[in-house]
Amino acid sequence: MAIETQLESAQAPGGGDPGTTPKERNFWLSPGIHTAAIGAIVGYIFGHWLGNFIGSQYQQVGSSDDNDFAIVLGFSFLVIGWLIGLGVFDDLARQMLGRPIRSADHRANVVGMAKYFRYTLDHKVVGLQYLVGMLIYFFTGGLLAIAIRTELLSPSYHVMSPTTYLEVVGEHGTMMMMMMTSVILGPFGNYLVPLMIGSKRVAFPRLEALSFWLTPCAFLILLSSFLLGGFPTGWTGYAPLSIQAGEGMDSYAVAFGLMGISIILAGFNIVVTIICYRAPGMRWSRLPMFVWAMLTTGFLLVLAAPVLVGGMYMIITDRTAQTAFFVDQLGGSSYLYEDLFWFFGHPEVYILALPGFGIVCELLPVFTRKPLFGYKIAAAGMFGVAILSFFVWQHHLFDSGMDPDMRPLFMLTTELISIPTGFIFLVAMGTFWQAKIRLTTPMLFAIGFFINFLIGGISGVFLSDVPADTTAHGSFFVMAHFHYTIMGGLIFAFFGGIYYWLPKVMGITMNQRLGKIHFWTMFIAFNSTFAPLFAVGLLGQPRRVWEYAAGLQTLNDWVSISAFCLGGSMCIFIFNFVMSTVIWRKRAPQNPWNARGLEWQVSSPPPVNNFANIPVVLSGPYEYGDPDALPVADLHPPAGVIGGALVSAGSTGTEA
Amino acid sequence: MAAEFPAAGQTETGRRRDGFWLLVLWIALSVIGCLLVALVLGPHLPPGDQSSSAASQQTDFTVLSTIATPVVIGVLLYFGWALAFWRQRPGDETDAAPIHGNTKISVTWVAATGAIVLALAVYGTIELWVPAGAGAGEGPQPIWKPAGTTTSSLTSWAPGTSNILQVQVIGQQWAWTYRYPQFGGFETTQLMLPVGQPVQFNVTSLDVIHSFWAYTLGVKADANPGLNNVAYTTPEHTGDFQIRCSELCGIWHGSMYGTGDVLSVSAFLTWTQTTKVQLAALTKILPPYALTYDPTTIPAGKINTALGLTSAGGGYYNPADPEQP
Repeated sequence: MAIETQLESAQAPGGGDPGTTPKERNFWLSPGIHTAAIGAIVGYIFGHWLGNFIGSQYQQVGSSDDNDFAIVLGFSFLVIGWLIGLGVFDDLARQMLGRPIRSADHRANVVGMAKYFRYTLDHKVVGLQYLVGMLIYFFTGGLLAIAIRTELLSPSYHVMSPTTYLEVVGEHGTMMMMMMTSVILGPFGNYLVPLMIGSKRVAFPRLEALSFWLTPCAFLILLSSFLLGGFPTGWTGYAPLSIQAGEGMDSYAVAFGLMGISIILAGFNIVVTIICYRAPGMRWSRLPMFVWAMLTTGFLLVLAAPVLVGGMYMIITDRTAQTAFFVDQLGGSSYLYEDLFWFFGHPEVYILALPGFGIVCELLPVFTRKPLFGYKIAAAGMFGVAILSFFVWQHHLFDSGMDPDMRPLFMLTTELISIPTGFIFLVAMGTFWQAKIRLTTPMLFAIGFFINFLIGGISGVFLSDVPADTTAHGSFFVMAHFHYTIMGGLIFAFFGGIYYWLPKVMGITMNQRLGKIHFWTMFIAFNSTFAPLFAVGLLGQPRRVWEYAAGLQTLNDWVSISAFCLGGSMCIFIFNFVMSTVIWRKRAPQNPWNARGLEWQVSSPPPVNNFANIPVVLSGPYEYGDPDALPVADLHPPAGVIGGALVSAGSTGTEA
Repeated sequence: MAAEFPAAGQTETGRRRDGFWLLVLWIALSVIGCLLVALVLGPHLPPGDQSSSAASQQTDFTVLSTIATPVVIGVLLYFGWALAFWRQRPGDETDAAPIHGNTKISVTWVAATGAIVLALAVYGTIELWVPAGAGAGEGPQPIWKPAGTTTSSLTSWAPGTSNILQVQVIGQQWAWTYRYPQFGGFETTQLMLPVGQPVQFNVTSLDVIHSFWAYTLGVKADANPGLNNVAYTTPEHTGDFQIRCSELCGIWHGSMYGTGDVLSVSAFLTWTQTTKVQLAALTKILPPYALTYDPTTIPAGKINTALGLTSAGGGYYNPADPEQP
């Protein structure tokens, strides 16, 4: 238990009195986003110069701006400069110089908005930074989607040139699949997991903050691709097209690699936090489902993302140092990239799905006023999905000409994954059985999640079947399928989570009427957008084309107009979010949903240290309707009880 | 599956009524739904029946859709029922009955989903095996081949023999071309096939990864540089079909588009003879037929000019022409 209560400064090897903290300097003089920007600019200029210095000796380049070496090194030093400017290495430098490091408390006490523009060690600040960041990335990607649908209003190209169209498609896919990888683990995971498990902090606050501050960098590097001519490969970045492509590809590879590092750090921190920082009495069998989802997601991130980082590194060296990992004539193989990418890419899909499962499993018991049906089944389902997700990646390569012997095996594993996924449906339906359903905004989003995910999951079975996949592969059918699972699943759960937890996070209730309008417009527009795309795909329209058969124009126009309505629905959300948090600021009660979760037992917004005392967890979070159930936790255990509770509750792992 | 829920552990009359009606409704709707999907929708499902692999894929789509129907109906019916009947009554702030789980239902659920999944995997494997790989690219060493095709001569071909017709599909940015090694190795921009004869497509690429998608033929095989990817089919009806690239291959990917035609056997043989003569001059500058090519040694410019391919992806098709179904 010592570590939760121990002050950061007490660990400083250089000593110094923990009581004295360095005096807070003026905002503009202390490290923050503005010094980071300066560092990034200086870093890029230095890296670009260095790249030209090295590269022009080594490689024939037309002009200094075409030199991949210069661009990649520019981006790399940009990141380093950004992090130095942000003060990421301050504590490290202080330790090396033997000076006292600043305590976590000191940083958390920075008041006002300033702390949100800093490298901060408070998991709640990082969670909110992530939330705003993810919303910005999501709406950027959404605008790109609107651009794609505008182009597809006509069967020939009319708004954008083919080059621009591919740039936009690639940016949209990469923005959504790469920047949004930690869309729930970042905001909700970082913010809520310590509150849900009764901890005052996360295990590695510096890694957590670093994982966030890498994302704005990756975002800007990815967007800079537009200035460098974009990348023509879509989000998959298949070699050898990515080796052949122009400088915009460097942005893709560096940004994706950077995000890979960011999600490894985020996942590692979450896994260790959940394993080591649970309060006394928070047994594995009392862990909220959302925490289970974060644990499995964290494992997937830590295990899958390194493969991605390796793949991106190989693309970069292929493009700069003339290695030939993926170039056929020089002994490389394009399959190598496909396998590396999808070995990350398929777990990635479940990295996006599992947090959605977690959120809806939190919402259902609260709004049906029933315990979660089959708690262990839900946890087993998540672990089943997580483990199986590493054994299915070659179903993306059924037509690629890989060894045909493997096909029945990968067809089987892919179809097997629908069993643990089905567990989540069993849990949901069992929880609904003779419930007393409250149709609040978060509940609507949870129900929307299940309907959309059902369609997405069923269409996935068609894609897992090799004969059916022969037609569906690479067509709009695939596109509709994964939008149903990711947008219809994950993003619906994401919005449900925002409506549900914002009262806790900010102490502010969002307007419920606007929330319901947001749900209904989003649900109808979403289905109206993506359901016809199944038909479009089956009628023979491949993905990522700017030109399609004239006979499909009616369907495509319908889809485009629905997509614009979907964009309008997002505007309702933005309006509601901004007005509710900035203008209306309607105070939320401490526990507006009358929920049992541990996070709802503290004030809204939670105090700086989460809990005045480490709570002792007495029962599970879903014991609704049970008159004999104990309260979820004792928030003010008498002195000395924690040690005793440790023994009696048989809790493990909290010693850390 | 949804309505199997109430099958166990009912004590209250209300619970029994819910379960009974859910089950009845589910079965009734599922029967209607399955019949509609299998009999009405099924024959219209893509990719049609122009070839053996297309027909098997259509069957596959029909079977999968029919199996999916009761699942979708069950889940939607259950959620609809819940929203209709299991809502909070106004003023009722109490919690519902605490049901933590039900072993019988859970076991039934796992067994049912497990059985469906295993059945699907077995069915999919059979459907992959029987129609010779179902039209999917099988790589350089195919293991599922059309029945009765044992030998394959690269110098001649006659209909109805065990010697399978070889067609090489070459993808390059951004056009498809086809070589017929058994007819002197000429290269065309039009894919012609004889009806009723098994065909072996040898798909390869000169630059990046493409994907050869003959939509109504039910054939899809990635064109990988430096690698031969084999796919089989047997065209069963004459008529034209569309060919697209279904793997992003660069800016003109959208226009990497071609057409093909399934001819009668005699018309096909006539076509090969005339084309062989027409393209004789071009065939001389082509590299010798091989399963893969090193693009650096091919006079690609000359060949493309002779074939009428322009650098901007050949002719992208006329958008006013409704080529596709």
